[in-house]
Amino acid sequence: MTILTYPFKNLPTASKWALRFSIRPLSCSSQLRAAPVFVFKLYLKAVQTKTKKTLAKPNIRNVVVVDGVRTPFLLSGTSYKDLMPHDLARAALTGLLHRTSVPKEVVDYIIFGTVIQEVKTSNVAREAALGAGFSDKTPAHTVTMACISANQAMTTGVGLIASGQCDVIVAGGVELMSDVPIRHSRKMRKLMLDLNKAKSMGQRLSLISKFRFNFLAPELPAVSEFSTSETMGHSADRLAAAFAVSRLEQDEYALRSHSLAKKAQDEGLLSDVVPFKVPGKDTVTKDNGIRPSSLEQMAKLKPAFIKPYGTVTAANSSFLTDGASAMLIMAEEKALAMGYKPKAYLRDFMYVSQDPKDQLLLGPTYATPKVLEKAGLTMNDIDAFEFHEAFSGQILANFKAMDSDWFAENYMGRKTKVGLPPLEKFNNWGGSLSLGHPFGATGCRLVMAAANRLRKEGGQYGLVAACAAGGQGHAMIVEAYPK
Amino acid sequence: MVACRAIGILSRFSAFRILRSRGYICRNFTGSSALLTRTHINYGVKGDVAVVRINSPNSKVNTLSKELHSEFSEVMNEIWASDQIRSAVLISSKPGCFIAGADINMLAACKTLQEVTQLSQEAQRIVEKLEKSTKPIVAAINGSCLGGGLEVAISCQYRIATKDRKTVLGTPEVLLGALPGAGGTQRLPKMVGVPAALDMMLTGRSIRADRAKKMGLVDQLVEPLGPGLKPPEERTIEYLEEVAITFAKGLADKKISPKRDKGLVEKLTAYAMTIPFVRQQVYKKVEEKVRKQTKGLYPAPLKIIDVVKTGIEQGSDAGYLCESQKFGELVMTKESKALMGLYHGQVLCKKNKFGAPQKDVKHLAILGAGLMGAGIAQVSVDKGLKTILKDATLTALDRGQQQVFKGLNDKVKKKALTSFERDSIFSNLTGQLDYQGFEKADMVIEAVFEDLSLKHRVLKEVEAVIPDHCIFASNTSALPISEIAAVSKRPEKCFPSREGMLSGSSPAFSDLLAFGSPCQVIGMHYFSPVDKMQLLEIITTEKTSKDTSASAVAVGLKQGKVIIVVKDGPGFYTTRCLAPMMSEVIRILQEGVDPKKLDSLTTSFGFPVGAATLVDEVGVDVAKHVAEDLGKVFGERFGGGNPELLTQMVSKGFLGRKSGKGFYIYQEGVKRKDLNSDMDSILASLKLPPKSEVSSDEDIQFRLVTRFVNEAVMCLQEGILATPAEGDIGAVFGLGFPPCLGGPFRFVDLYGAQKIVDRLKKYEAAYGKQFTPCQLLADHANSPNKKFYQ
Repeated sequence: MTILTYPFKNLPTASKWALRFSIRPLSCSSQLRAAPVFVFKLYLKAVQTKTKKTLAKPNIRNVVVVDGVRTPFLLSGTSYKDLMPHDLARAALTGLLHRTSVPKEVVDYIIFGTVIQEVKTSNVAREAALGAGFSDKTPAHTVTMACISANQAMTTGVGLIASGQCDVIVAGGVELMSDVPIRHSRKMRKLMLDLNKAKSMGQRLSLISKFRFNFLAPELPAVSEFSTSETMGHSADRLAAAFAVSRLEQDEYALRSHSLAKKAQDEGLLSDVVPFKVPGKDTVTKDNGIRPSSLEQMAKLKPAFIKPYGTVTAANSSFLTDGASAMLIMAEEKALAMGYKPKAYLRDFMYVSQDPKDQLLLGPTYATPKVLEKAGLTMNDIDAFEFHEAFSGQILANFKAMDSDWFAENYMGRKTKVGLPPLEKFNNWGGSLSLGHPFGATGCRLVMAAANRLRKEGGQYGLVAACAAGGQGHAMIVEAYPK
Repeated sequence: MVACRAIGILSRFSAFRILRSRGYICRNFTGSSALLTRTHINYGVKGDVAVVRINSPNSKVNTLSKELHSEFSEVMNEIWASDQIRSAVLISSKPGCFIAGADINMLAACKTLQEVTQLSQEAQRIVEKLEKSTKPIVAAINGSCLGGGLEVAISCQYRIATKDRKTVLGTPEVLLGALPGAGGTQRLPKMVGVPAALDMMLTGRSIRADRAKKMGLVDQLVEPLGPGLKPPEERTIEYLEEVAITFAKGLADKKISPKRDKGLVEKLTAYAMTIPFVRQQVYKKVEEKVRKQTKGLYPAPLKIIDVVKTGIEQGSDAGYLCESQKFGELVMTKESKALMGLYHGQVLCKKNKFGAPQKDVKHLAILGAGLMGAGIAQVSVDKGLKTILKDATLTALDRGQQQVFKGLNDKVKKKALTSFERDSIFSNLTGQLDYQGFEKADMVIEAVFEDLSLKHRVLKEVEAVIPDHCIFASNTSALPISEIAAVSKRPEKCFPSREGMLSGSSPAFSDLLAFGSPCQVIGMHYFSPVDKMQLLEIITTEKTSKDTSASAVAVGLKQGKVIIVVKDGPGFYTTRCLAPMMSEVIRILQEGVDPKKLDSLTTSFGFPVGAATLVDEVGVDVAKHVAEDLGKVFGERFGGGNPELLTQMVSKGFLGRKSGKGFYIYQEGVKRKDLNSDMDSILASLKLPPKSEVSSDEDIQFRLVTRFVNEAVMCLQEGILATPAEGDIGAVFGLGFPPCLGGPFRFVDLYGAQKIVDRLKKYEAAYGKQFTPCQLLADHANSPNKKFYQ
């Protein structure tokens, strides 16, 4: 036990915590918890926990991740380019079925996240589930919350289980950036719709006479924030500048991400990846965006958004990615009854939102302290951090924000800074910069990375955090399931 | 709503846009000796780049003052002499201001033309040195870069500006009746092309950073930053400096070229301008347009064209010389003095002399969704005020809400707002038919029809639902506020604090008297169209509490208004001045002057709208209403024309623009105005014989203006007005009194009180009491040293 080594000052609200600790053990589901709980009771007021308490809550069902998989994440325009989103989602679902051997009929509900919707399959969860051979009696819906869509799918599932509505949920996400819906212009659409309604030849001719060539200009899906008309890369560049993050720092961080991802891939740690036989193409077995380069090489790139002096480049940003992920979530007792050995608990989670213009990508900074407080943990309790890396500059800006008393006081209403996540525990197997970032699917990858790292590296708590368009953010505590 | 229904046309007049921009022009570079310590400029060296930071002490803006000039020369000399330094960055430490120009007072202090010319020449020398610098200088611009500030910036080798709403570039000198006198007339055409340069200098318009980039006025843009490890504004300046330093290095290393790639259109324009014939055509065209718009009343625009022409046709040396001479001539003109006076007045009327109100108005309610009500709603919601717009019928409410939406949407079309901002602003507006939510209102502004009994009913209804602290403001153009307030539940315990406040005695005195519950009824007289007209006339009664006044002014300032505060009385100030002039208009028409002729006489005197058109725009019924009301109170002095003319017009349905017929015929989509021939019989029936001795064109103009001026001075004499400055601002910004004359009081000062009294006496001899000069005016005529502005 290391509990005595932690200084008292780290425990700001000792008495409140004490109360919680004394309640928690009652609902503790695992026998293994008993001993530490006893210790807590003894040192209650003076000590800070490092490990060995669980975050179970009284009268709330424990929710576990049985397992999760993903297709390899590929650069858009590569092997997946001829697929449709539900094809990718189906691949993730069949991969999950194969991995977990879950009987299809026990799945109560399926939820998928996606961002850029294919209009033909707007409820992509349902189309993919039907194709993957799930029971047609299993309902499915699709959620969207920008880059945290899969997180929303998971937490929706958590809610359904915790409230007793469901026992078994499949949550996942999919994004296919190789193909996006490009529409006719509004004027053209209006003309075509009116033509449809026109009853006589005269009406039709008069409508056609209104046609102008500029009606044919296509309408692309928005790459910029609707409320501010600013693209995310542009905002990231400004954010990096606001926190004085240099180009070199960003390149170094990106290099770290790629190097770690490469290492993890080589060592076979990315066990959530399932091979995917793409129709008409070879089987894809691994992510193809991991490309460790050199700082010199990266320094040569020109800024991608704020030209010519910005700091965000193609090399230190996440790239457009195709991919899908899926995860089997159950009520703990159901999983145990079915003979599963779950990988992790899904614990407290938190959604936050802030100014979509100047704080677009600061979600993790805001969400992290809140979810920690909610769970009664501190930064020191976390063994594995898995943050979504939209841009190097964004991660580093979040670091600086979390490390700044000034920012905490003036923008977060806190007395002291959030604190910096230790880099040696941070995205150790690569992140969105290197593995790729299919918007709708990243959330599940983060949770599985945290769960798998906790199993592999040891440790009890993982913290998942992500930012999303619209100035929103998410964080969730993942607790390792006792071995 | 006489004054007041009036007229978007006023704001269409370009010179009328006077001085919306923040700072001002006219440099006072002089060669005075250096100070021992630097207070305006701090300068440091980063690597081989010198960073020159401008920060005038004790001021929100940097102005080109004597001290700044000498420190600047000193610093630049050091930089040029240093071997270690290879380039420089020029930046301001003040958020929101690069250099806003120079202190206008410095120019006003000049006694002779030569003095002013000399100032200009010294300024020219300084910027010439900058331009010829062998070490590249980068101007890093955040905030207003106007007048002399812009001239400094364009003489640097490179310009980087923040893409902030506050960053504006421009040459507003013309709005003060002057011209850019530090080489601007010569450099701008070379930089952005002759047509664009003339446009900038002739309109004085402020150009936002992104537009400036497209024009080639700045070379790079820097996005403003959000919160980081420091306050956003501070970090943005720091970031701008960092970026500017990299560019300064790049320029010194010749890695970056200060030359800009020109677009095709620009190249073609530039090529066309090399052909003398094309140039002559351009000058001719612009001159024609200027003559048409200024009617020869404003000398500055023509001189600007002249100076630009000289520079291009005869070379820079001749151009600079011409620039400095014409600058001197212009600054000495009456027009320039009048316009500068208006600038000062406007600054004064942008302050809350009552201090900060105890409670900020956050929830506003407006009664009546008509043209005025909706207009007030529009200028309130877009400043973030939660506003309820209430009307009695859904149709009226719909129309009002649509007006607000349209006003905002027009801004989207002009790219002043994004559609998202429009929507979020529009959500501050709640349209409703009942009094729900009034219990939270901090202020209610009624803009219902001008009818005393209706206003009384509304006041009683509202007082039943509003909280105790809520202020009731009446938007009326002529009904005395004290009469409206008579039915208020609340004024009984009021105290007479107003005298103390307005006569300028210490606020403590009126606070001393603040026992009991003070009166919370006040007048807020807006001018239509509310979103375009800058003036707000606030009317306080004997019983209005100081805090109520402070709140009303604070709301008005928030709405972006220039505010004059006047005492209660029939017609207050603005309507009261306009009424006798309107009476004279009727008489002149009765005497057989064609409405078109009358219009051209008034516009050529400098009024933005002709007198007959004004009646049509205001509404003949409204004019009649006011004429009758004020006629009753003021009697013969407001007589002259026969109100029967208006009565007959109303009975025939000739209500002016709103009914399609007045003196003119108005048709949707038709720009040309034809006279309404049906008016002939009315005019014939009321025809008066003209008096030849007072019916020359000039006499007609002066009959109108002297009645206006005489009444304005009387308002000051009676204490309706607190200061002449407010009188001038009210007349120019609310009624379209010729800006080149600077307002009625400035006009008396510049034209001479004696001459005006002489005129009045001449007309008095012909027509009687209506032209009797008031006592104050007579006093000024008797003692020539007496001036409204010392």
